[in-house]
Amino acid sequence: MSAAVTTPSGLSPGSVDFSISTVRRVRNYAWWTLCALGLLCVVAPVAWILVGVIGKGISVWHWSVLTTTTQFIGVSNSIVGTLVIMVGVGLVAGVVGVASGIYLAEIARPSIRATLLRSASEVLSGIPSIVFGYCGYLVLVIGLHWGYSLLPAVIVLGMLVVPYVTKATELSLNQVPVAYREGAEGLGMSKTYLLRKVVLRAAIPGILTGIIIALAISVGETAPLLYTAGNTNAYPSVALIHHPVGYLTYVVFTSLENPNIQIENLSYDAAMILIVIVLLLIGTARLIVRLSQRYAPNRALGRPSRAERRAARELAAGRMTEDIAAGRMR
Amino acid sequence: MTDTPSEPSAEEPPRVETRTGGARPDGRGPVSLGNDSAAGARRARNQRIGNHLLVHGSRVGAIIPALALLGMFATLLVEAIPAIKFDGWGFFTSSIWNPGNPYSPPSHAGGVYHLAGAHFGAWPLIAGTLESSAIALIIGLPVAVGAAVMLVERLPARPASVLGLCLEVLAGIPSVVIGLWGILTFGPWLAQHIYPALTHLPNVPVLNFFRGTPAHNGEGLLTGGLVLAVMIIPIIAATTRDLLLQVPGTTKEGAEALGMTHTEAFFAVQARWVRGGVIGAAVLGLGRALGETIAIALVSGSIQQVAPNIFAGMTTIAAAIVQQLGSLQGDPTGLGVRVVAELALVLLGITLLVNVLARMIVRRAARGAALPVGAGF
Repeated sequence: MSAAVTTPSGLSPGSVDFSISTVRRVRNYAWWTLCALGLLCVVAPVAWILVGVIGKGISVWHWSVLTTTTQFIGVSNSIVGTLVIMVGVGLVAGVVGVASGIYLAEIARPSIRATLLRSASEVLSGIPSIVFGYCGYLVLVIGLHWGYSLLPAVIVLGMLVVPYVTKATELSLNQVPVAYREGAEGLGMSKTYLLRKVVLRAAIPGILTGIIIALAISVGETAPLLYTAGNTNAYPSVALIHHPVGYLTYVVFTSLENPNIQIENLSYDAAMILIVIVLLLIGTARLIVRLSQRYAPNRALGRPSRAERRAARELAAGRMTEDIAAGRMR
Repeated sequence: MTDTPSEPSAEEPPRVETRTGGARPDGRGPVSLGNDSAAGARRARNQRIGNHLLVHGSRVGAIIPALALLGMFATLLVEAIPAIKFDGWGFFTSSIWNPGNPYSPPSHAGGVYHLAGAHFGAWPLIAGTLESSAIALIIGLPVAVGAAVMLVERLPARPASVLGLCLEVLAGIPSVVIGLWGILTFGPWLAQHIYPALTHLPNVPVLNFFRGTPAHNGEGLLTGGLVLAVMIIPIIAATTRDLLLQVPGTTKEGAEALGMTHTEAFFAVQARWVRGGVIGAAVLGLGRALGETIAIALVSGSIQQVAPNIFAGMTTIAAAIVQQLGSLQGDPTGLGVRVVAELALVLLGITLLVNVLARMIVRRAARGAALPVGAGF
């Protein structure tokens, strides 16, 4: 490091040289230019994808797409299918994920078993989605003779996103202020009663955010559904098994290089609808974080300052980004 | 329940009820507190059921993911055994992929029925998986780190949070939509404007890997890697941003008070603070890039070959599973589906290895996180 202070200490302030050498100055500018370029390389693709896909989607948009099935150049059956799958995944991943989150955070004592269960959840979150899909195909579609249908799709996608709900539940339970527990125990509540009536309620916003992350991941998945949900041009039936389900990502995946221009355009329509759904989910998650901050009964504990709340929001948004990005890409 | 903290006694019944095991035979709750006794007993029973549900239900819920994991391993292993027997080590080294002739009678070798001429070599798939992910990491890591540093260290709070939203949006875009953009917009643009310049690089080792003819729509190894890079950027950038935000301000101020430029202070303080976590995030991103399926299936050109140059078509294990399963289902000997199980097992092995590595790095980084004061330069 070349010296910024060139004189020994003890001399008069006037003799101290605070100037920065040209090399250091250039190095400084070069580094920040590189960083700015990096930021540009992140923002540009986002803008390009959004403008490209949504722009093209709008230019070929017909409202009839929303009301007709794929048989007559529309995606209404796929929208219904995607929503049905989402509800199913929300149920499966919500129940299993919240339960295992509660167990890991509150009920299990630190033990080998708890560590094993936690690592199982972590390992599960790293397995490629196509492997999930293939196992679902082998066991549920072929093994149990369920055929391409809703139930295998929901189970496979649910297992795929369970670790994110578990993680969010565990994290938000651990973040419930100790004062809540102390106060409730001071009132004589039993441990489970306290958990149900005080701690879980305080953790609800975090758990909800986790479930929304799970939904945002599952709505964009294609690979695990290809060999579990199958495909159909008709609306999904009420049957859980033996009846295939159409979904939006399938439309994008299969019709994008179709020689029929009308069918090719469907893939842009479907892509646009997918982006809108995901953005709505992310917006909802942000809203939940904000509302939970506003209405949290934390006045007695000292309300955090504006900057602190902002920092907490940024942190929550950052975690959400990591989870969705990592979960989408499997 | 409308219990308020000012009435602590109202909280009592459930506790006493659960301990004593229920209502007395006369139907009165042990502690009636002036409530309607039947209602009290009912409420006590509900509390007990609720508690049991909570404790035991959550235990069951925690075991399900572990069971799913074991089930998947067992299924793949059992399913893959005949394929492993049939393919042997050649599966990892051979480049020939031939599902066999379905019109001639199946033959029998080493206890495994297979179609005549069947031979499965997965080396091109394994190489393609590793190459495309390596490109993704080489491009994605510097870009993501640079962007995160800019967001946290240079930009004011409001623009930073608006631009930070880009990361969130990029994270949320489904991979099939990124694949759509990659094959219809990004790939053709690259093939027209960027790749022609690259093909004129001198014919020396390493650089001659760039000498080839790009496809008109750009599909191939480099486009695949770049699309993967776009996809792993949010993972690395969001983690780096979170870590940078946690660096205590006083250390940065201390560094700058010593006369360092912002850059020097960054490398002396923040870079040391976040290094381990960023490496962990990069390895995590690598793991995800290895397993990405749909985007790669769309932009890679889907040719089962070891790419002779960086523009050539290739495919990855994950993409090949999607593309091959449909046709291999038709194998009357059933060997095709089993070969896919072996592919899935290989992919699982690679990604697990990388993910475990990432966890270890993150754990170590979390343990070692401390003020870099006195660490020396």
